[in-house]
Amino acid sequence: MEAAHAHDDGHDHVPSGLMRYVTTTNHKDIGSMYLWFSFAMFLVGGVMALTIRAELFQPGLQLVRPEFFNTMTTLHGLIMVFGAIMPAFVGFANWQIPMMIGAPDMAFPRMNNWSFWLLPPAASLLVLSLFVPGGGPGAGWTLYAPLTVQQGMGMDLTIFAIHILGMSSIMGSINIVTTILNMRAPGMTLMKMPLFVWTWLITAYLLIAVMPVLAGAVTMTLTDRHFGTNFFNAAGGGDPVMFQHIFWFFGHPEVYIIAIPAFGVVSQILPAFSRKPLFGYASMVYATASIAILSFLVWAHHMYTVGMPVEAQLYYMFATMLIAVPTGVKVFNWVATMWKGSMTFETPMLFAIGFLFLFTLGGFTGLVLAVVPVDVQLHDTYYVVAHFHYVMVAGALYAAFGGVYFWLPKWIGKMYDERLGKIHFWLSIIFFNIAFFPQHFLGLAGMPRRIPDYSLQFADFNMVSTIGAFGFGMAQIFFLYILLKAIRSGEPAPAKPWDGADTLEWTHLPSPAPYHSFEDPPQIR
Amino acid sequence: MSSQTGGYYLPAPSYWPIVGSIGLWFMALGAVLMMNDGGKAAIATLSVGSIIIVYMMFGWFGTVIGESESGKYNSQVDISYRWAMSWFIFSEVMFFACFFGALFYMRVLSVPWLAEGDTQALLWPGFENTWPVAGPYFSEKFTPMGAWGIPALNTFLLLSSGVTVTWAHWALKKEKRAQLVWGLFATVVLGITFLGFQVYEYIHAYGDLNLTLKQGAYGATFYMLTGFHGFHVTIGTIMLIVILIRSMRGHFTAKNHFAFEGVSWYWHFVDVVWLGLFVVVYWM
Repeated sequence: MEAAHAHDDGHDHVPSGLMRYVTTTNHKDIGSMYLWFSFAMFLVGGVMALTIRAELFQPGLQLVRPEFFNTMTTLHGLIMVFGAIMPAFVGFANWQIPMMIGAPDMAFPRMNNWSFWLLPPAASLLVLSLFVPGGGPGAGWTLYAPLTVQQGMGMDLTIFAIHILGMSSIMGSINIVTTILNMRAPGMTLMKMPLFVWTWLITAYLLIAVMPVLAGAVTMTLTDRHFGTNFFNAAGGGDPVMFQHIFWFFGHPEVYIIAIPAFGVVSQILPAFSRKPLFGYASMVYATASIAILSFLVWAHHMYTVGMPVEAQLYYMFATMLIAVPTGVKVFNWVATMWKGSMTFETPMLFAIGFLFLFTLGGFTGLVLAVVPVDVQLHDTYYVVAHFHYVMVAGALYAAFGGVYFWLPKWIGKMYDERLGKIHFWLSIIFFNIAFFPQHFLGLAGMPRRIPDYSLQFADFNMVSTIGAFGFGMAQIFFLYILLKAIRSGEPAPAKPWDGADTLEWTHLPSPAPYHSFEDPPQIR
Repeated sequence: MSSQTGGYYLPAPSYWPIVGSIGLWFMALGAVLMMNDGGKAAIATLSVGSIIIVYMMFGWFGTVIGESESGKYNSQVDISYRWAMSWFIFSEVMFFACFFGALFYMRVLSVPWLAEGDTQALLWPGFENTWPVAGPYFSEKFTPMGAWGIPALNTFLLLSSGVTVTWAHWALKKEKRAQLVWGLFATVVLGITFLGFQVYEYIHAYGDLNLTLKQGAYGATFYMLTGFHGFHVTIGTIMLIVILIRSMRGHFTAKNHFAFEGVSWYWHFVDVVWLGLFVVVYWM
């Protein structure tokens, strides 16, 4: 049995070079691929964002045609959500969950490989859509009918890309849920799990619940386009607004799919640098679960202006505000964790605190938008753009940056340059606010989103915003330099470089973590 | 490490995932070309993709079956498979929920809205809120599919197949190999018969009833729901055939037969979806 023999000492026969990564079944290799892929997509989506901002530097049409501008807003959104932020946190999940719960690997290592290797084909289909007759999708990342029903074959490529991305997410999530439920070290009860693991358990549940719904929505778009169905056509008894309902039934939980793992990362970083245990661990778990459940019940707050009954608007308004309660619990706990802690401010901590301030601000503008009479004014304005970039960039992305700086010593066994890390943080946070804070004012003044041209009174704030956006983009090239410098010539990292870190990967494993960690599970007290 | 007694089985590096990704890429591209008049190139691309996927499924599932039969999976791996199959079925439930939701939305909301107030007066005078309906614009007549002919028979067939697969499972737990094989065989026959009737029903609908995919709200939801269900019955039947062949070759033991249980869970799930379809698509 040659095959059986090959399995017996499988890790001695790892193919070398590129093929090692193509065929790997190791959670650390796969985690690294997720993180690098995510960074590459972050740059691609970033170039698209800068194309948008460059066009908006001045009023009038300078650089791109309006159709191409629409394609840029659409692909920027899709690539950042599905290509950059989600894979980044799946990368964290892959690296960290097995180490944090004392498991030898993920529950299904081969399927784990496939979950990753579905991403490049899907991303290539998305990018390919730019080069086919009719151009890329231009309907916005929300893909509302009837625009999506009318566009060229780039939309078909987008639809199939979303199908493949959905498969990847569902398989990845099943793997994560199974790993957490079945692979914990003896003694690691659910309520002893690090909060990052809890947040991923809840996120994976959300993903399994809503990705199939998105698949159904785009499938209906596809059949409306090519097979003569009338799901989104009132002439056939359907309704374009139905697409919005189905999309946001996916889309609102999707917001939390992005945010909740970020909560998890921050909940690991803050206690480590405050040298105190996380305040209110149990309430954190319950708050996260409450946010997840509520996320299924508030989707129509994205659609106040489509013409819904006042009773429905009232319900969605109050249900949405209810989410502020568990979110408030979390913010309170994070602040209480730092209260009277012996805090130090290394780069991960800076990003976590930056997250705390700016994500909370983004949450508040979310509450503003939840109020129906206000939203009727602000719907589809730059206020909304500012709101969700505070949540997505200063929220999710900052948590991811913090997480990279936090765990990098464990991953590569070397320290990053602390001074450069701090510079990256300050550049990011200053330019981020220059880019996005003025957009609140633009929105309040009535500038609509997804428009390549605007009236003259918006010119100054747009110019400021564009300068901020380019600065923010440059800061991320600097981040790449910091990473490469750490990998090439970083100082060797101790097993536990952070005083207050107390999870298994710090206490039980050397730095860098060995290729196979926890072949024998540790005993948890 | 992977062979450690009592250890969790971790597979060696594998080429199957990347083969599957390449296959899916070709399939997606082929399908897009096909829908945009790509001609022969589209058919070629789609075929290449499909062949790669079939090859990948044979190879990957073959590997898993080989590992299972050589005793590499301990009880913890077995529990992993159980969790994974349960969550996969949950994702399928949500997929069907999406289309049931669309049907509900049209019947309860969008069709009545089109038939009331200003919408009716200004846009579609005379349009009435009835079901089945193709919508206000389509005046071509069609006959909806009745519940008490083939659909009722199909309900009986699928419910019976749920019984036979359970009968086979009892046999497996008591190591009665012949009853196991016959029970599975009966399940497969019932599944294929169901599919045959479904094909006949579609031909009848298109040919005699003028009930097509293009018949507005009713046509779209009817074919989308029954079509995706039929697709899932097809997958379920293929899975049943695989475990039938494995049973005939002596695979599975009374204690260790996750593949059998996974397939039977899936089959029961398909069964329950059909009951929902029968009630809300055909009957009500």
